[in-house]
Amino acid sequence: MDTLNAIVQVLDSTIRLSVPLLLACLAGLYSERSGIFDIGLEGKMLVGAFAGAAAASVFHSAFIGLGMAILISVAFAMVHGFASITHRGNQIVSGVAINFIAAGSTIILGQAWFQQGGRTPALQPGERFESITADVISNFLATYSFSTASVADLLVSIRGLILYLPALLFDALARIPGFGPIFAELVLGHSVLVYFAFAMVPFTWWVLFRTRFGLRLRAVGENPAAVDTAGISVTWLRYRALICTGILTGVAGAYLSMVQNGGFVKDMTAGKGYIALAALIFAKWKPVNAMFACLLFGFLDAASIRLQGSPLPVIGKVPAQFMQALPYVLTVILLAGFIGKAIPPRAGGVPYVKER
Amino acid sequence: MAQAAIELVGINKSFGAVRANRDINLEIARGTIHGIVGENGAGKSTLMSILYGFYQADSGEIRVGGKPASIKTSNDAIALGIGMVHQHFMLVDNFTVLENIILGAETNALLKSSIAKARSELDRLEREYGLEVDPDAIIEELPVGLQQRVEILKALYRGAEILILDEPTGVLTPAEADHLFRILRQLKEQGKTVVLITHKLREIMAITDTVSVMRQGTMVATRETSKTTVEELAELMVGRRVLLRVEKGEAAAGAVKLAVKNLTVKDSRGVTMVDDISFDLRAGEIVGIAGVAGNGQSELLEAISGIRRAVSGSVMLDGKPIDLTGAADPGELRDRGLAHVPEDRHHVGLVLAFEENENSILGYHDDPRYLKGPFLNIDAIMADATDKIEKYDIRPGNPRLKTANFSGGNQQKIVLAREIEQDPGVLIVGQPTRGVDVGAIEFIHKRLIAMRDQGKAVLVVSVELDEIRSLSDRILVMFAGRIVGERGPDATEGELGLLMAGIEQEAAA
Repeated sequence: MDTLNAIVQVLDSTIRLSVPLLLACLAGLYSERSGIFDIGLEGKMLVGAFAGAAAASVFHSAFIGLGMAILISVAFAMVHGFASITHRGNQIVSGVAINFIAAGSTIILGQAWFQQGGRTPALQPGERFESITADVISNFLATYSFSTASVADLLVSIRGLILYLPALLFDALARIPGFGPIFAELVLGHSVLVYFAFAMVPFTWWVLFRTRFGLRLRAVGENPAAVDTAGISVTWLRYRALICTGILTGVAGAYLSMVQNGGFVKDMTAGKGYIALAALIFAKWKPVNAMFACLLFGFLDAASIRLQGSPLPVIGKVPAQFMQALPYVLTVILLAGFIGKAIPPRAGGVPYVKER
Repeated sequence: MAQAAIELVGINKSFGAVRANRDINLEIARGTIHGIVGENGAGKSTLMSILYGFYQADSGEIRVGGKPASIKTSNDAIALGIGMVHQHFMLVDNFTVLENIILGAETNALLKSSIAKARSELDRLEREYGLEVDPDAIIEELPVGLQQRVEILKALYRGAEILILDEPTGVLTPAEADHLFRILRQLKEQGKTVVLITHKLREIMAITDTVSVMRQGTMVATRETSKTTVEELAELMVGRRVLLRVEKGEAAAGAVKLAVKNLTVKDSRGVTMVDDISFDLRAGEIVGIAGVAGNGQSELLEAISGIRRAVSGSVMLDGKPIDLTGAADPGELRDRGLAHVPEDRHHVGLVLAFEENENSILGYHDDPRYLKGPFLNIDAIMADATDKIEKYDIRPGNPRLKTANFSGGNQQKIVLAREIEQDPGVLIVGQPTRGVDVGAIEFIHKRLIAMRDQGKAVLVVSVELDEIRSLSDRILVMFAGRIVGERGPDATEGELGLLMAGIEQEAAA
């Protein structure tokens, strides 16, 4: 039972740790599929995390925090677009610049506004996204009543009505002996952003392969001249792709500072944007693959935390650094062509210039 | 004459100082196949890009179906029923045929209905025009001929009544080209108007009803195809002879310096561009390779100079083999006394951002003459550059000036000086005077003849027939990757023109 518990716990933290990777990875997917390399995922996550935590603590609302995280992150994405789409600048340079601006400005503004050494104040309940645990669900079921006392009450009651049936189902599942606790640990007990991240996987797939926007997005990353001659604006299309990127990095940042942590800490993205890029290559720029790549990288992270100091059977003690390096090692192996070929979007990194 | 599908009135377009189109007037009749011929850079593609909304004319008017039209974007052109098949296909290589066809012409935000509509529409087009192609095939897995068919289908799917094809046969095999012509005739029978841009006169004669000739940005003539000849069109295309014929004595051809045997070269698309070519180049002679651009001369040059790997064949330099299908690289060839003046001086011959003196030793920079230990010997390099500037009259005579700031003729002299002054046994020159003004042309020609008189072997590839005729001691004509004839320097322009156009004719040698 101990081993099972340990496994469930590792898997649970795998999910928690892979969510920011997944969001950033999907963000990068929109941008790179449109032919814009985005090494600035890291920076956009960071400003998202800062803006989210700052706004949440000032306005005492998690949702205002999330909105601000998205807004600022999109704004940074637009800066990247302005440099690399409108002015055909070097996309790598622009991305790196964004990372630097993000790292510096979050600390300076954090210190200037909150005087806590670049941190934002610890978020209070209500200012961060709470986990939807089995207890929360049974509590909700126990206390639910339909009230028409005020408009606000009415809205809450209607929302509750919609959530009532799924809640009943999950409550019942969580009560099944044996299976229930695992279900409660793995599937329940996460914040709404976790479910959003995983819902974005099929949604992104659907957008890319089943909508007009997706078709054009993929086309512009492969051959922008074809898109241009088909009478579609390459510029506007790429900007829209970057807006999608900004939204997702914003959510990823909000997750870091408002779910995983109770506030912003300087440099809290800690290279996740780069791991997400590695995952994107590992996933060959495909959304479902991206999810598995992020889960794998998240698992390596979770395992390295779990195994710190404790020896593995057969292999013995494995340094945590080794586990942390594995995502990059795996990506290099992939790029070297050992696990099939990773072919990036063909127009990636090249500013589009009309030619004769 | 039938009603005009398109009228162009007084079209002007400049790119910086270059006037690509000057005061162009053109009328294209509905339901005909209209050819536009001209040399590279004559302004054909620019004109058609204006018609397709890729560029906007500086001045002039476009009328489509008799009504003045404002074409600002490709969208406008598409809405007016103008479709274009570009020389380099505008297809997304890893998309399916269907995806490419609906791109930009989707019915709504979701793809499902667009795909269904395109599928049934493709079915209809297939029946009507015999344009069969598997809608679910991936573009990059299709042969070039079929890719082009997808381009045509794309235009028809968007309701094109006027179809512009830019150099459509450049990438096709003869059989594919014949199929294309059948399709074009069918389109014409259905009342569509076809505009065919090409520099291949044979195609013009074979398929068009009317033909317009462009030269240096102007429209020089329009003829009914049945009332003109290849010779007349060739003369119109090339224009008056501006070239001075350089005086030269009899060639004293010596030993074979370069022997090419059964050389075959493919381009990056995998199309065979040089097809089993054999020839000898002797000391003390200039051999000219004539041909319309795109008949494999570029690939031949690139292969002999070690830039492009040959598929098969053997080449002997001074009696010793060089492995052009494998290990040979330009450096090795250079060491063995083969110098190369590339066709494209901007991208291959020079680094435009470098100073003149740096370019004047480019490729020879590890020669001990220019080195001081592991470092460049700046003094020696500057002295060398100054020397070349004097000898070749390169202007402005400043070795520290950025190469991009020299005119085309002077840039070409920089390259020539660099290669000739290494005193190579074999000199290979591509388009020696492309974009070079008349004075410099004469200078360059004299230099090349002086090389010959010193007993060097010189191979000249040029699309300028006059140049070939005035320089060469022997003329080889290339057509469709093969040498279709060898003539002496006294061959007439008409005779060579026919060979260049691929019209086999046994003229008395």
